[in-house]
Amino acid sequence: MALLRIVEVSKAFGDLVANDRISLSLEAGEVLALLGENGAGKTTLMNILFGHYTADSGHIEVGGERLPPGATDAALAAGVGMVHQHFSLADNMTVLENVMLGTERLWSWRSETAAGRKRLLTLAADFGLEVDPDTPVGALSVGERQRVEILKALYRDARILILDEPTAVLTPQEVERLFETLKAMVAKGLSIIFISHKLHEILAVSDRVAVLRRGRVVGEVATAEADREGLAELMVGHKVSRPMVEHLAPGDPVVELEAVGVAPAGRGRPLLERVSLEVRAREILGLAGVAGNGQSALAGVLSGVLAPSSGTLRFAGEAVTRFAPRDFVARGIGRIPEDRHATGIIGEMSVWENFICEDLGEPPLFRWGRVIDGRACRDLAAELIAAFDLRCKSMEVPAKLLSGGNMQKLILARTLRREPRFILANQPVRGLDEGAIAAVHARILEAKRRGAGVLLISEDLDEILALADRVAVIHGGRVGPALEVGAVTARELGAMMAGDLGGAGEKLPEAVP
Amino acid sequence: MRTEPREDAPLWLLVVAPLAAVAAALLLCAGLILWAGESVPEAYGLLLKGAFGSRFALTETLARATPLILTGLAAAVAFRARFWNIGGEGQFYCGALAATWLGAGMILLPPLLMIPLLFLAGALAGGLALLLPVLLKARLKVDEVVTTLLLNFVILLLVSYLIEGPWKDPMSLGWPQAAPIVEEGVLPKLLAKSRLHLGLVVGLVAALAVWLVLRFTVWGYEIRAVGINPQAAAFAGISINLTVLRVALISGGLAGLAGVGEVAGLKGYLTLDLSPGFGYAGIAVAMLANLHPLGVILSAIFIAGIYVGADSMSRAVNIPTYIADVIVATSVLAVLVSLLFVKFRVRFGG
Repeated sequence: MALLRIVEVSKAFGDLVANDRISLSLEAGEVLALLGENGAGKTTLMNILFGHYTADSGHIEVGGERLPPGATDAALAAGVGMVHQHFSLADNMTVLENVMLGTERLWSWRSETAAGRKRLLTLAADFGLEVDPDTPVGALSVGERQRVEILKALYRDARILILDEPTAVLTPQEVERLFETLKAMVAKGLSIIFISHKLHEILAVSDRVAVLRRGRVVGEVATAEADREGLAELMVGHKVSRPMVEHLAPGDPVVELEAVGVAPAGRGRPLLERVSLEVRAREILGLAGVAGNGQSALAGVLSGVLAPSSGTLRFAGEAVTRFAPRDFVARGIGRIPEDRHATGIIGEMSVWENFICEDLGEPPLFRWGRVIDGRACRDLAAELIAAFDLRCKSMEVPAKLLSGGNMQKLILARTLRREPRFILANQPVRGLDEGAIAAVHARILEAKRRGAGVLLISEDLDEILALADRVAVIHGGRVGPALEVGAVTARELGAMMAGDLGGAGEKLPEAVP
Repeated sequence: MRTEPREDAPLWLLVVAPLAAVAAALLLCAGLILWAGESVPEAYGLLLKGAFGSRFALTETLARATPLILTGLAAAVAFRARFWNIGGEGQFYCGALAATWLGAGMILLPPLLMIPLLFLAGALAGGLALLLPVLLKARLKVDEVVTTLLLNFVILLLVSYLIEGPWKDPMSLGWPQAAPIVEEGVLPKLLAKSRLHLGLVVGLVAALAVWLVLRFTVWGYEIRAVGINPQAAAFAGISINLTVLRVALISGGLAGLAGVGEVAGLKGYLTLDLSPGFGYAGIAVAMLANLHPLGVILSAIFIAGIYVGADSMSRAVNIPTYIADVIVATSVLAVLVSLLFVKFRVRFGG
């Protein structure tokens, strides 16, 4: 008897069929991995399960009983808990308050805090999810916040826990710890749906894998019988080829940072502290680190939106004094921002308008330096759309309607068409599907072959190890020495990401021949 | 009943939604007319006739729409950049002040120079009235809603002081009003025996100009970009502060033009009741037009028609003119709701 049954669920948005007669079941004490590219229908399915959307047809059963469609409270009452990729926690409240929020009866005189605290501590001990109940959530690390989210679900008696891309923000060590927690949960009879696109994690943690493609279940296999290549092919629909990385002889430094520091907005620790690094032509320098360790400040300095409070930045040997994005673009710096939606595109503007946002006023796209030449801009857009295989209904649709991969292609096209000598790629493939990841990586490697230097900031060690020539680790606003990728293991990097930089900040990074 | 985001809205919906909203507002207000004990078709018939039913009614409506087009544009262009200028009323009076200062005897030029000069001075004064709020916002992050709103009262008190004191017209028999605009500065009438003046042309040209600027120029691109996503705009190299300053000057300038039009085209001299809230009504005009510069023309004529028509209706049947305020307010709310229907699809049942 399955604990959860998804029966023939279909859902369409206009012409787009997001879910096409999907049937899945989940046994008690099982980890089911849901694998699929972005846009395969995973999120829609989970939103139907959780009552955010109503299915066009089909239904959901929990423990043999049908869930009323579109009722989130019914899903919660039936024991379905969800941990979203982006946490929904109140930063200014304590862990305990966050966990209890919404669970207390509205018309009760007494506060149930004492009982809640006891219950929280028991749950935390049972599942290895230690957090201090009285710390404000704002002061916690990302890994700890995730623990709070899981505790929130457990506190509500979740029997089925849905985790949406849970490892995206964690260090390798934290991932291992999360997997131990998941195993403890399964041992206690809970069931888990684990949504991910990282194949090795799915292979490590799940019992069964369901693969979604274009709204349909295209395969369901026991993990023991699955292999990496087979799953990847099933997910994408065709063979996936990893881009070939070739090591080229690096050229002169294109970007040099010397003891760069960034003071915090208010009190507190500096965002960057005596950071020195060097990116040379024809090389990719990977910058690994857990989110929130100064990557944003470093990217801000290198994008020209943040002026450092100390130190020097040299570009092609020339010291930069004016920190302004327009100047940076003109100098030949290409910038791929961390958050596509928030910084990369202007959502309600059309696709073609988003191509020209770094060129405002420049001929030939603008006449008399002021007036948009609609034809020239559209011609350019058509050219770039074709060259970068950007899929969209028309270049007149708002850019926010593009899928993540196509949005990233838009940003890449806009950046790379200027043939920049230095590229800042900040989380360039976060949230993208396999096909798009391969396309983005191929473009970055191509730029490197052309002679550009690339700084690849990523939280995904696998990405860095696959792509970069050298790697450095950022922690607490300080950057360790850059090491040859072949000479360092993921575990060593993991230790550095947790804070053991080995005397960084005091000395310049060693020059590597 | 549930809502789901719509991927893209069909064109017919974009056209039908605001019309349906206005119809819904009229239907809702019909309840009030019934409550007042009058016949709904008769009341609305009279309102329509009073607004558009004769040459006189039509010219009155257009004369009333003239300042509303300009203050509506002022709000629309500012709101496009998410600069919440609630100070249209104050900037309107700044324009009127500038026109009075120059036009009530200080300089004498032939009309062909005098009139453009008055408009220019009014626009400048209206724009400068926003300088302080913009500086406070850029330097100290002071909310412009508060500063622009409160500046309205400061400016009104300044007007009050001037027309009771140094600028008081000695020929006014004690009424608090400034000296009249000299003949060379008075705006020509568009039609004989009507109150319709050159200000309407200024309004229409301004609407067209704002639309062209927003749609086809770098400035317009920057204004829209800053309004939609300031973070991405800044990342692309658009200066937020400069854009906001520019928008503020344009917005205040447009409201200032409205003030010039009223003082030099309609009333002839500055008083404290020159504007029955044109600055605030401009916000409703802009919202009703969904911040579209050309839509502002239609929504200004609609709102002006409601006010003018309600005046005439209240003389014939027993319904107070306040019904106009209610209809306008309900229309704005209905349009805001209708925008939800454009953005989201509504599904009923499971």
